[in-house]
Amino acid sequence: MSGFLRRLRERERRAAAAVARRLPPWWNRALAGALIVIGIVLPFFFPPDSGFMNGTIIAVTYAVMSLGLNVVVGFAGLLDLGYVAFYALGAYSLGWFGSDFFFKLRVHVLVSPIANTLQGIHLNFILILIGAAAICAAAGMLIGLPTLRLRSDYIAIVTLAFGEIIATVAVNGQSVPVGGGMTLTAGNLGISAVDAPYFPGTGSFSLLNLRPWYWLILAILLLVLFVNLRLRDSRLGRAWVALREDEVAAVSMGIPLVKTKLLAYSVGAVFGGMAGAFFGTYYTEVNASQFAFGFSIFILAMVVIGGLGSIWGALVGGLALGYINNYLIPDVLNDLPSKFGLHFQLTQVEFGIFGFLLVIMMLLRPQGLIPERRRRLEMTAQIAAEDAQLAEAPTGEVTVILPPGEGAA
Amino acid sequence: MSAAGDPVPPAGPVPSALLAPAVLRAERITKEFGGLRAVDDVSVDLPEHSIVSLIGPNGAGKTTLFNMLTGLYRPTQGRIVLGGRDITRSRPDVITGYGVARTFQNIRLFGAMTAVENVMIGHHARMRAGLFGSIFRPPWVRREERDTRARARDLLAYVGLPQAVFDRLAAQLSYGDQRRVELARALAAEPSVLLLDEPTAGMNPRESAELTAFMRRLRDEKKLTILLIEHDMKVVMGVSERVTVLDHGRKIAEGEPAVVRTDPRVIEAYLGKQD
Repeated sequence: MSGFLRRLRERERRAAAAVARRLPPWWNRALAGALIVIGIVLPFFFPPDSGFMNGTIIAVTYAVMSLGLNVVVGFAGLLDLGYVAFYALGAYSLGWFGSDFFFKLRVHVLVSPIANTLQGIHLNFILILIGAAAICAAAGMLIGLPTLRLRSDYIAIVTLAFGEIIATVAVNGQSVPVGGGMTLTAGNLGISAVDAPYFPGTGSFSLLNLRPWYWLILAILLLVLFVNLRLRDSRLGRAWVALREDEVAAVSMGIPLVKTKLLAYSVGAVFGGMAGAFFGTYYTEVNASQFAFGFSIFILAMVVIGGLGSIWGALVGGLALGYINNYLIPDVLNDLPSKFGLHFQLTQVEFGIFGFLLVIMMLLRPQGLIPERRRRLEMTAQIAAEDAQLAEAPTGEVTVILPPGEGAA
Repeated sequence: MSAAGDPVPPAGPVPSALLAPAVLRAERITKEFGGLRAVDDVSVDLPEHSIVSLIGPNGAGKTTLFNMLTGLYRPTQGRIVLGGRDITRSRPDVITGYGVARTFQNIRLFGAMTAVENVMIGHHARMRAGLFGSIFRPPWVRREERDTRARARDLLAYVGLPQAVFDRLAAQLSYGDQRRVELARALAAEPSVLLLDEPTAGMNPRESAELTAFMRRLRDEKKLTILLIEHDMKVVMGVSERVTVLDHGRKIAEGEPAVVRTDPRVIEAYLGKQD
């Protein structure tokens, strides 16, 4: 058994090394460029109102959230179980500043001619995006503060509570007056009739033509990817990894604990808020029932399945679960059970499917689909150590490996 | 540690160094954990460009004292002064910024980072790039990043790490190499005071002797003041201008190594009382 595993790992390692040798240095840039071009022209190959386009848009939005959560959980190692809070805050930013919800007010900034005649606050989508980012950055700091003195599991508990608090406020906000007969949220009734994005000179954003929506969220995704990549290879990104690895050593080396951690929460929250604002307008409704605890776990699953701390992993994890959840299960495979004479639809058991996928992943590839470089190196180092141990130790005997040099003392 | 040549005679106390003003001074500091006094009313002076050793049996409070000097613990009583500045209540990262760097008894490297990245972390407090600098990466940030990387490589070479393992993960390095990386990481903070917590632990006599020579080189070339926790008496006697002895949290002796080693209280602390 162990011999087989060892051979398998050896083959895997050789294959990876061979690939790394074969690729010239410009390969990454060329690949990235090609992928971006494919991303941009993709909608031309599908009908503009198809289920696939809808699934793609939702999957890309999930990827934005997954990339945001990856900054907090993957880079900085702070387990956040309340990420849905930032989806909610982003969506409500859209609901507040892009609908007739605050009907006593009349504020219009750079919006479509139709929206210009309506009651309420109507800001251009870009302004709403910036507002959502600002609100979520502040909320990220707020959630960060009480967790600063906590570690791992306890951080998870506090963030979980934060997510629940925001979700509950969203539900009960319909009985919180903010003056003039207006309330904070519309609870489970939802804020509907929200503005579609409007940019002079582009096509209209309607649900019959999903292409503009797609390009908008693609632009947000590329922005978020860019920021992620820049941060990973920077002074700040290194500081996050150092804090994740060893907090005491990190602060002793001059890394300010509070500031660095709060920045991680804030950056992650900003991405979640931007995705939330987009979902708000795309779903044409901001409803408190959208912000359930399960969604936090769903995004966390994207990060974990993709590979904790890996940007490309978070991207692929977000896209994969997005497609499975919003295209594969409802549109493609939904009737599968009935073909076998079973009386249920696949959408009824989707949580079971995700649980199954997660378990399979953890068994076969615990490091994720595209593991972070560091974790990959760590894993291979561990495997090498295990292999060496297996090779040396006769069966049934336990050996202790001392670090070289220690035995000499 | 690669020490090419050793101009300073071994066991060379430099009395003049002790006349220099103290760069780091702990004034009657006490640390209590619940009812336990881990450090009890201890004062320590570090004269500029000197090497002072802190010795004592296990549990004497040496590392607790280190943790107070670097801001990880806040003293229950007393005051810590660094070059005229009161740092008693300062945060550890701020103290590092003021010029105090340390190593740890049980090496605490960032295992999932390469040797070079570990040393670059050491330089963190001397860098300026913030959130937006990191995202937009203007020319000065690129330059800072490049310079920090080059510095890190220089420092790793300085402490004698083989170039072949510069980009290997810290966790994969040999024990001796990990000690070197930790030392380079501390030096990257450009400290004026260096605190070393049992740097020769796990080293053989030859390696210990090399490190002893290297510490003198650090003091002279990098103009450092060094506070050393050490169990190896050969190293302590060979390198320190002054030795402070702790036992059960109290300072029981202080002075030149030759004097301290014959002090009956010290002998008692180490060997037990003779009836």
